Parts: sequence; C-alpha cells; structure tokens
Amino acid sequence: MSDTTLKSDGGSSMSQTQRNWLITVLILAAAVAGSFVAGSDSLLYKVFVGPFVEMYEVPDLFVQVLWEGLVAGTLYALVALGFVLIFKASGVFNFAQGIMVVFGGLSLVGFYAAGVPAFLSLALSVAMMYGLAWTVERVVLRPLVNQDPLILFMATIGLTYFLIGFGEFIFGGEPKTMITQEIGLPSGSYDFDWFGGFVSFQKLDIAAAVIAAIMVGCLAVFFNKTRIGRALRAVADDHQAALSVGITLRQIWVIVWFAAGIVALTTGIMWGARSDVSFALQVIALKALPVIILGGLTSIPGAIVGGLIIGVAEKTAEFYWGPLVGGSIESWIPYFIALGFLWFRPQGLFGEKIIDRI
Amino acid sequence: MFYREAGQFKTNYRTDQAVFPIFQDKIGVLVILAFLFLVVPFWFNDFWLNSIMIPTLIFSLAAIGLNLLLGYAGQISLGTGGFMGVGAYSCYKLTTIFPDINILVHILLSGFFAAIVGILFGIPSLRIKGFYLAIATLASQFFLEWSFGRIGWLYNYNPSGAIEVSTKRMFGIAITGPHATSLTRYLIVLSIVVVLTWVASNLVRGRIGRAWMAVRDMDIAAELIGIRLLQAKLTAFAISSYFAGVAGALMVFMWLGAAEVESFDINHSFLILFMVVIGGTGSLIGSFMGAAFIWVLPIFLRAAPRVLGVDISAATVEHFNFMIVGGLIIFFLIVEPNGIARLWQIGKEKLRRWPFPY
Repeated sequence: MSDTTLKSDGGSSMSQTQRNWLITVLILAAAVAGSFVAGSDSLLYKVFVGPFVEMYEVPDLFVQVLWEGLVAGTLYALVALGFVLIFKASGVFNFAQGIMVVFGGLSLVGFYAAGVPAFLSLALSVAMMYGLAWTVERVVLRPLVNQDPLILFMATIGLTYFLIGFGEFIFGGEPKTMITQEIGLPSGSYDFDWFGGFVSFQKLDIAAAVIAAIMVGCLAVFFNKTRIGRALRAVADDHQAALSVGITLRQIWVIVWFAAGIVALTTGIMWGARSDVSFALQVIALKALPVIILGGLTSIPGAIVGGLIIGVAEKTAEFYWGPLVGGSIESWIPYFIALGFLWFRPQGLFGEKIIDRI
Repeated sequence: MFYREAGQFKTNYRTDQAVFPIFQDKIGVLVILAFLFLVVPFWFNDFWLNSIMIPTLIFSLAAIGLNLLLGYAGQISLGTGGFMGVGAYSCYKLTTIFPDINILVHILLSGFFAAIVGILFGIPSLRIKGFYLAIATLASQFFLEWSFGRIGWLYNYNPSGAIEVSTKRMFGIAITGPHATSLTRYLIVLSIVVVLTWVASNLVRGRIGRAWMAVRDMDIAAELIGIRLLQAKLTAFAISSYFAGVAGALMVFMWLGAAEVESFDINHSFLILFMVVIGGTGSLIGSFMGAAFIWVLPIFLRAAPRVLGVDISAATVEHFNFMIVGGLIIFFLIVEPNGIARLWQIGKEKLRRWPFPY
C-alpha cells in the first residue's frame, strides 16, 4: 500500500459539477421557452409548465399531495433508518428489513388475536424482535464474519425467504387489520379550509410523524449519550480498532439488529394501520432503497432527509406527471430521482467525498 | 482417480491457454455433450425435459450472463429479470414485424435489444459502485417491469396483457408454440446454450475478459495500467444483458409459451442472483450447477412429502419450501461462500490423488 491517494474526480470536480448544473439549467430553460412557443396543447408544455400552473392554481390539492408525500416519506425514512443502523454497525446490507417490518406487524396482530392484551402483545412483539436479532447474530452473522459483503447480502436474502415461509406458516398468508385503536393510535382526521379548498390531515399520519420523530430523537440520544451508543459508533468507525479496545462485536450486533427490529416494528404498525398487515408490505423495503442512494448507507440524517425528499417527489410526480405516461410511475420514479441526484452529487446527500486508495 | 495429466507438455502459449488444456478434460466434455444430446432425449420423459432440463438450461444461460457481469467484471446487478424481459418482448415484436424470418434468428437478435438497454442502465456504474450500483440497477428492473405492463405496443395491445407464442416451423417441424414437442425444444435450447457458453468461455479468457477481471479486482489500478473503465464496464453490461436477453427469449418461446409482466419481476432477478452466488461467482460451470441446484431443489421439496407419504396441505408445503430454501441458502453460504464451483474444484483435487493422498 502506498501513501498515494487519488481522488476519483481529480481536481476538476468542482468545474464538472458546475458544468452539469449549467447544462441542466440550459436544457430546462430551453424546454420551458419551447413549451411556450409550442402552445398549451404541446407535450413540452404539459411536461414543463402545465403541472406547475396546476400547483399554483389549485394550492389546496398541492398541499394535500405534499402532505401525502411527507407521510409516505416518513415511513420510507424509517425503513431506510433500519438499513443504515445495521450497515453502519456490521457492514451488512440487510435486505431482510422489509420482511422484518411485516414480521413485527404480524406478530403484534397475532399476539392480540391469541387473546393477549394490546400493550402486553406490543411488549411481546418487542421481545420477539430481540429474539430474532439474537438468533440472526448467532446463526447467520457469527459464522459469516469477515465474508465478502455480497455473501452477507445474499445471506440476508436467504433470511428473507426463511422469514416469509416462517411467517406465513405461523400467522397465515391472508392480510390482517392492524389493532390501531387498541394500542392507542388516534383515528379520524383534521380538516382545514385552506386556500379556498379543503385539506385533510389524518390523525394517524400525524401520530406516525410524531412517533417517528420521537424515535429518531431517542436513537440520537442513545447513540450520543450512552456507553453502548459510543461503542456502536466506535464499531461503525472501525471494527478492528473497536475490538482492540475491548468492545464485543457480537453484543453490538445483537443490539443494532434489535434497534433495527424496533424500527421495523414501528414501521409495521404505522404502515399496517394505513393499509393492511400482509406480506405485500415487504415491498416497502424496495421503496426505501432509492432513499439509500440519496442519503448514503452510513448516514442517519441522510436516511431521514432522503426519505422525505423521495416521498414528496414520488407523490408529486405520480400526481402531476403520472397521467401523462399512463400512471403507476411510483414504482420506478424514485430510483430515477435518486439517480438524477447522483449526477450532481456522486457521494449522496450527506456522504463524504469519495476517495479511492490504491 | 481416473486420469492424470502427467506427460502432457505444452510447447507454445496457444496450447497452454486452450479452453481445455488437458486432453482428458476435452474427452470429458465431449462425453457430457454426447450424453445431453444423445442419451437424454431418449431416456428422459416429457416431465423431466419440460420442467427440469429446459428451465435449468435457460436459467443457466441467464446465470452465465449475470456471472459475466458480477463474477468477472465485479458489477452487481439486480436487473437481470428486466433484461430477460427485454429479450422476450423484443423477440415477440420481431416475430410480429418479420413473421417470415426464422425464429432462431429472432431469438439471437433479441439479445441485442437487451444489450442496448443494458448499456443504458449500465451508465450509472461509471459513477457508483457496490451496493449503490445494485440499487441503481433496480431502477432498470422497475422501469422495465412498468413498461412491459403499460406500453401496449410491446404486447400488441392484447386485452390479456400477455405475450403468446404462435407456432413457428423450421424444416416442417414445429419448434415453438403448443405443437412443438418438448424434445425439439430441448434440443434447440441445448444447442443455443452450448454455443453461447462456448462464446462466454472464450470471452472471459480473452482480452475483454481479462480487462473485466482487472476492473473487478481494483478499478483504479486497472485504469492505471491502461484499461478504459468506460469501455470495460459497458461491454460487461452489454454482453451480460445479451445473454440475459437471449435467455429471456428462450424462456418465453421455448419453455413457457406465454408470459406477462410477472414472469420478469424482481423475484426473478433474485433467483438468478442466487444461482450465480450459490453456483460460484466467476465460474461458468458454477452457473450451471447453481441453476440446477436452485431450480431443482423446490421441485424436489414439493415432491418429497408425496413420495414420503406425508399428508400436508399444498400451502404448508409452499411455506416449508420457502423456509428450507432460505435456510439452505444461508447454510450453503456459511459452509462454502465460494459456491458449488469451489466444492467441485476441491472434490476434483481430492480425487486426483485419491488412492494415495500425501
């Protein structure tokens, strides 16, 4: 290993970014000008001007769409947070996060259906997530320590398959209703007369946002103020150095998987309350992946801000631009937004400048 | 055990770098080919040909495609299912536009469309690496899935949204569609797979393959010794997608007979990824072994309770199937992270000095 370091972009990186900006701005300006020239029936107008006019003219609808986006974004952020927690501490890209969300939600509903009181079943679900974390550490992570990241990633896909089979075997495959009221989540909505129209905020969504904020706050305190939190950050920085000062990696792994499990359980409750608790829910793991490109795999603020950006962008794009191409663009537009973002910042939102060493 | 390579001296580089430098290996491959071409058709019944041999061969081809990208060029892709879809849909369009041209030509041409799409979605690989790239390739998966479902032109505006294969003849024998026997289809698939495998094995030991491997091992170092990253990475994406595209076209035209969006979904991409990783990254023979293992295992598991006389419902079998496949994948990764190909290699080395080990 020599001491020579090479920046991937070299000295001209600033000018390249600036050039990208310039090109984009010029193209956009040309498109807008062209759309005015071509008139309001042209495709250019419909893509580059029409939606914004609509946003301006019907602001209440726009606010509603933004709010939907923020709520979806909160949930994406939570799933992304689960990814980030585990990746930071163990270098595992945990594909099973999505099924853990389902598993958390299902176990809560399942315990309640078995006659356990609501809050006790919540506690039992938390205990179950701990059991899952412990088992995963013991059975999957410990034998695979020091393996290639790809192998660990594949192992978590294997874990996903196992949990799908296990969950369907225990809880059954049919969708279930989340016990929203029983665990004290509000229902109904606040309706406002804004901007000459009416905007409705579901109380459940507000609760979700508040709970997410509280959870992120707790995690921040836990990471920054407690002894274990310090150990976690040490492990995230450098595994070997952490080992050499006497931090047990195994214990840390159980803790982060448990933390990710609790995040997953919360996500499962929130998302389950909005729709149903079913195995279809695991696709939100895929929805949270563009957030990872945007925010970076190692940044907690990146996960949260990225989640909100993706949520808002996805809903706005679906609502205003989706009809132009036949709708349902929600499935892929977040990825393209994230990729477009990389055009300007290859290191992601909060990522550090990428430096490759030889 | 059976033979030693003692006494086979090489006097020039050509013979030393041959695909099979050892004479007995050449005979071994010829024996296997003779078995596949001459014995299997007469010995195996329709069930074996249709649900085991044909799909295994087709998936092996897709796995080889992904292996070129992942195992040789070191770029993770989760979009194989989408690229297979591009192959299938473009083959379908080709048969509707040029119905008189031989279907085999269409199948081989359709790979080029997949290659073009592969190059387009491979562009992000120039800026991002590792898991970020894997997520970026999901963009292609979801976008392509959406296109197959939403763009009516691709499926000729069929009300069912599916593409169906009509009967095509060559030398008066039906080779696609409902009238084709599984034997003809098997022989055609086998021939194409054998030829393309031969192409792949020559690619990876040639200039292109060596450039890929240099990029895989360390891309900056590869750049420094004069390999063009842009060219190497994009050829890897193009050729890998070509293989995937041909496999997709074969899958629809030679095996399924009809397909819709779900045939090319994300689970499909993961299936191929499993085949590559379980089989062994960077090994062509591993792709065959991985495909056979991953494809045959669930069939075996489904048949097992019936054979053993245990009476459990089909749903339960399916759940156990998921659990066992997931568990076995984890087990396999723990026992031999380098895949079946590595086990095969170890086995061969052991056998070589079997009666008298030292």
